[in-house]
Amino acid sequence: MTTVAPPPTPPAAGPATGVRAPGLRTAPPRLGARRPGRRGLSVVANAVAVVFGLAWLFPVYWMLNTAFLTDRQIQQRVPVLFPVGGTGSHFAQVLSSPAFWSAMRMSLAIALVVVLGAMVFGFFASLALSRFRFRGRTQLIVAVLVVQMIPAEALFISQYRMLDGWGLLNSVAGMSLLYLGASIPFTIWMLKGFVDGVPVELEEAAMLDGCSRMGAFLRITFPLLGSGLVASSIFAFLASWNEYTLALVALTSDDSRTLPLWLTSFSGQNQVTDWGAIMAGSTLMAVPVVILFMTVQKRMASGLTAGAVK
Amino acid sequence: MSLALRRRPPARRAAVPLSSRSDRRLALLLLVPATATVLLALGYPLVRQLGMSFQRFGLEQQFGRPPEFVGLANYQAMLTDPTFWAVLGRSVGFCLLVAAITMAVGTAGALLLTACSRPVAVAVQVVMLLAWAMPVLSSLQVFQWMFDSRSGVVDHTLAALGFDQMLGFNWFAQPSTFFAVAGLLVTWMSVPLVVFMVYAAVTQIDSSVLEAAALDGAGPAQTFRHVVAPSIAPVLALVTLLQIIWDLRVFTQFHVLQSNGGITEQTNVLGTFIYQVGLAGGDYGSASAAAMLLLLLTLLIAARYIALLLKEPA
Repeated sequence: MTTVAPPPTPPAAGPATGVRAPGLRTAPPRLGARRPGRRGLSVVANAVAVVFGLAWLFPVYWMLNTAFLTDRQIQQRVPVLFPVGGTGSHFAQVLSSPAFWSAMRMSLAIALVVVLGAMVFGFFASLALSRFRFRGRTQLIVAVLVVQMIPAEALFISQYRMLDGWGLLNSVAGMSLLYLGASIPFTIWMLKGFVDGVPVELEEAAMLDGCSRMGAFLRITFPLLGSGLVASSIFAFLASWNEYTLALVALTSDDSRTLPLWLTSFSGQNQVTDWGAIMAGSTLMAVPVVILFMTVQKRMASGLTAGAVK
Repeated sequence: MSLALRRRPPARRAAVPLSSRSDRRLALLLLVPATATVLLALGYPLVRQLGMSFQRFGLEQQFGRPPEFVGLANYQAMLTDPTFWAVLGRSVGFCLLVAAITMAVGTAGALLLTACSRPVAVAVQVVMLLAWAMPVLSSLQVFQWMFDSRSGVVDHTLAALGFDQMLGFNWFAQPSTFFAVAGLLVTWMSVPLVVFMVYAAVTQIDSSVLEAAALDGAGPAQTFRHVVAPSIAPVLALVTLLQIIWDLRVFTQFHVLQSNGGITEQTNVLGTFIYQVGLAGGDYGSASAAAMLLLLLTLLIAARYIALLLKEPA
C-alpha cells in the first residue's frame, strides 16, 4: 500500500508527483570537484558546460538575430552573425498585419475560455477528490492520469467529425471544448495537490461557525489556493497557446487561425520564404510564453510529469 | 497496485455536522461539470471512433451512404499492410532512439552542472529554461531556417569547414537527413526537462553520503555508479517513460517539416499517417483503426508510467 501523494504544505506546495520541484538551484552539491587535485577536471567540466549551454542557446539566439536583420543580410551567402546595421522592420511588418491580429484574437479568446473553464471545473472536481471519500474515487484519480496520456493524434479524426457534425469547426467554442478536455484532467491533478495541502480543520471550524460545506470551500479553501490557481492557469494557458495539432484539425479556414497556425502559413507558398518575418513572428509568439514560463519554472517539471503541457 | 487514500481519523470526521449522504451528493455535484466536459470532448469521440473503426467509412459515407459494419476488417487490413508496419517501425525506431539520446544527453548535462563552477551552472540553467520555454512552433521555424538550403547557417558552416558539397544541401529531401533534423529538434526541445529532473534528483542525494564515498577513495566514476545512479534510478525511469510516450506521438514537428520536402510517404510516423489516411484521404474507417492501435500502444506504456508515478515516494 502506498500513499497517493504527500500532503504539501500551503501556500508554497506544488502538486504532488513525488518529485521535488526542480528549478534554479543556488547550492549544487559537487560530485567530483570537491577535492584538491581535481582542478583539471573542473576546467574541463566548465568548458564542456559552456559548449553545452551555447549549443542550446544558439537556436534562440538565431531566431532573435534573424528577426532583426535586413532582408539583404538574411539572403546573403555568408550568414550574418550579429544584427549590426539591422532593422526592426520585420516586427513592424508582423505587427501591422491583420492576419497576425486575427490569429492573436483567436488564440486569446480560446485561451481565456480554456483557462476559466479549466479553473472552475477543475477546482470543483479537485474538492470532490480531495475532501470526500466515495466509491470509485480511486478509479477516478487513476482515470484523471490516464486521460492525460491520450495522444491528440489518437482521437482527432473522431473529434473532427464530432465538431463538423455540430457545426463547431472554426469556432472558439469547438476549439475550446477540445482543449478543455485536455486541460481539465491536468488541472484537477494539480489543484488536488494544493487542496490536499489546506488543512481540513479550517473548513470544519468555519462549518461549526455556521458556514455550509460549499460556503467553507468557497470562503476558506478557495482564497488559500492562490498560487495553485495561478500556476494551473498558466499551464492551461500555455497548453492552449502552443497547441498545433488539434488546431490544424479543427480550425480549417484562414480567418479562424490561431497563432501557431498563422506562423506556419508563411511557409508552404512558392515564393521565397520571408524568414525575417517568420523569425519576428516566432519571437512575438515566444515572448509571453517565456515570461509566463519563468514565473512557474519551479513547478514546471512536476507539472509536466503529471502530463501537462509539452 | 492499490492506492491507500489518506484517511483522517474517524473521530475528527464526527466533528463535521453533515450526514455522509449529503456529502456524497455534494461530491457528485462537484464532479459533474469536469466529468461531463471531458466525456464530451474525449469520451464521446472515443466511442464514436471505436465504432468507426469497425465500419467501412470512406468518401461515399461522407456523402450520405450509410456506413457498413465490417467487423475487424479495418484492423486486419491495417495489420497486413506493409505501409502501416513501415510507419510503425519508423515511429518506434525514432521514438526509442531519440528518447535514448535525450536521456543520455540530459543526464550527462545534469551531472555536468554538479561538476562545473556556480556561475557557469546558473548560466546553463538559464539557457535550459529558455530553450524549454520556446513554443514548439517557434523552435520548428528556427530549425527550418537554420537548415534552409538557400541561406541556412548549417549548410554554410559545414561548407566553411570544408564540406563543399553541403552548400545548398536540402536536408528535407531525403528520409535519413529528414529524420536527423527532426530528431535533433525533438532532442533539443526535450533535453532541458531531463536536465532539471535529474539535477533535482542528484541535488537530493545526502551530501554526507557523497563525502563518505570521497573519504573512502571513490573516484567520480565509482561515486556515480554506486551512489548517484541508484539514487536517481526512479526519476530516470519516470522521465524515460515520459519521453517515450511523448516521442511516440510526435506529430507537429513531422507535419510541419514534411511541407518542405515532398517525401511525405517515406517520412510518415503514426500521427501524420493517421492524419493523411483519415483527414486528407477521407478513409475514416482505416484511420480510426490505426488511431485505436496508437491509443492501445500509448496506454500500454502509460500504464507502466502511471504505476511508477503513483508509487514514487515523496
